[in-house]
Amino acid sequence: MTEEKRVRRLLQGNEAIVYGALAARCRFFAGYPITPASEIAEQLSVRLPAVNGTFIQMEDEIASIGAVIGASLAGVKAMTATSGPGFSLMQENLGFACAAEVPCVIVNVMRGGPSTGLPTSPAQGDVQMARWGTHGDHPIIVLAVSSVLDSFTITVKAFNLSERYRVPVLVLSDEVVAHTRESVELPLNSEVKVVDRIAPGMPPDWYKPYQEDARGVPPMAAFGDGYRHHVTGLVHDQDGFPTQNPQEVEKFHHRLSMKITKGLDDIQLTRKFYMEDAEFFVIAYGSVARSALRAVEEARRAGIRAGLVQLITLFPFPRRTLTPYLQQCHSVLVPELNLGQISREVQRINQGLCTVVKQNRVDGKLITPQEIYSRLVKLSAGPAG
Amino acid sequence: MPPSIQALTHIYFRHNKKFPHVWCPGCGNGIVMGALLRAITRLELEKDEVVLASGIGCSGRMPTYLDFNTLHTTHGRALTFATGIKLANPALNVVAIMGDGDATAIGGNHLIHAARRNLNLTAIIINNSIYGMTGGQYSPTTPFGSTTTTSVYGHIEHAFSIAELAVTAGASFVARSTVYHAALADQLIEQAMLKPGFAVVEIISNCHVQYGRRNQIGNAIDMLNLFKEQAVTVKKAATMDSEELREKITIGVLADRDLPISTNEYKRIREQARADQGKKSI
Repeated sequence: MTEEKRVRRLLQGNEAIVYGALAARCRFFAGYPITPASEIAEQLSVRLPAVNGTFIQMEDEIASIGAVIGASLAGVKAMTATSGPGFSLMQENLGFACAAEVPCVIVNVMRGGPSTGLPTSPAQGDVQMARWGTHGDHPIIVLAVSSVLDSFTITVKAFNLSERYRVPVLVLSDEVVAHTRESVELPLNSEVKVVDRIAPGMPPDWYKPYQEDARGVPPMAAFGDGYRHHVTGLVHDQDGFPTQNPQEVEKFHHRLSMKITKGLDDIQLTRKFYMEDAEFFVIAYGSVARSALRAVEEARRAGIRAGLVQLITLFPFPRRTLTPYLQQCHSVLVPELNLGQISREVQRINQGLCTVVKQNRVDGKLITPQEIYSRLVKLSAGPAG
Repeated sequence: MPPSIQALTHIYFRHNKKFPHVWCPGCGNGIVMGALLRAITRLELEKDEVVLASGIGCSGRMPTYLDFNTLHTTHGRALTFATGIKLANPALNVVAIMGDGDATAIGGNHLIHAARRNLNLTAIIINNSIYGMTGGQYSPTTPFGSTTTTSVYGHIEHAFSIAELAVTAGASFVARSTVYHAALADQLIEQAMLKPGFAVVEIISNCHVQYGRRNQIGNAIDMLNLFKEQAVTVKKAATMDSEELREKITIGVLADRDLPISTNEYKRIREQARADQGKKSI
């Protein structure tokens, strides 16, 4: 038996997403080329067929996510990757995947917006859109990557959460993470923990595709494996058939939300740096989190008691993790490559506990460690800083 | 002796479904559903081997009633979901059921690309020249001059000819029938499902409630009789000039050709990729 060997590789973020997807046993990709996400499609077109998977380039992004949902319903782990404008087009079918509880992963390598925006510049402008882009009340999971290694591990995590909760999971990357090359040592496939959806164990006649149970996530049968059932984007009863019965409609909405609420501890991922004795802290995500970490380390060297909470899960917003720090600290800085999409969430949960300070940049350039550091120096002077 | 429609309903209807169905009395959708079931019976397909995917609208509800693997997608997107299903499990017989609005307006791009791509899929397009469920607005197949709720002064756009569009876009098999020609419809669906490659069956249907009434054509029976009068076979149509064909519906097989199927071609790509993977350690 040949032993798998760890290899150090020089990869860009987009390539690491491909490695992560394959390690998570993604076997289907449908997409439409768009900068700065195209490398994901290109690499998967090469690698998927070799593992008996399927790559298809569709006619547009709407078709791409449609095919992804179809493949997932046929029992195959599936994903697509796009950037802002393409993500806009996917919203209706994203809602379908939420309503019909179809696991899938959608990578949005964010670029400047609105509209065609800044195709080759980083931005974090799609954060609230990822949460609320599709219509209606629905749960969704949104994760953000900040490095090449992250692009691998968070992609695996995205597939696992998607399969565990039967919900589409969005991975937000940005142009800097996507195209920066870093030397990384990825775990071996055998070391990667992979979660698969739960298949029904009961006889086909007993199967109710949307039955409420203690876990809140019903087992999922694939088309063709004997559990014939109906899938629709209409509000449906536990058998999957359209309903307008107010009690069933209410139950439908509550179960969709509850299954995510029950899993909050599992879903809400953060990384904490120097938070034990922090007097004030930074909340950051994506490529900005790396500038923030550098700035916090500089501040610590200068004797300033700053900390950093890096958000990996943006939605559901990790309130439980952040609230104690908002109580502990006198102020929090939220640097973002937008005009304040996550600082709004921080303000929402802050409820006057501490001072929330925004730091924003929308010129297509990264927020540098120096910029964050100088804000930290000001903040260290006191709450008014 | 073909099974009676009663026998078919016993075999294929979902009796636990909340009937009655949403279709108006006399609607052509029921005839198409019957034709589809007869074709599936004759093909001796197991229920588990069949997937029905639909879009939105009156026709979109058809899969809901039938005991197969069924999917009711978003408006116009049935073919995209069907594409994913077929690629993920090529053993399944995937049939997309769409209306004219579904297939040629909001989903028009998917139709032409599905035809070009030539996956082994069957598309049944029920063409009643109107948006029925949304209240009788004009569709891409509404004839010039017609009255609809969004063209009360007379329609000023020209209609798509769906089957001809599918022929031009490259489908392997294209056929047309009307709901008057129910027996032809199920033969054509059977042929389409047997045909390797992308197959389109357009079935001209009646929306007497939204279209027939507003355009003084009459009730369901009047509309069916009109289809009977308007229909000419492909063979007869070949002898007629465009002026003679103007008010006619050409029925029969419009295209039947053998083209490489992308699901089969992809097997070759997988072999190639595996061979390449073996060569270099990655």
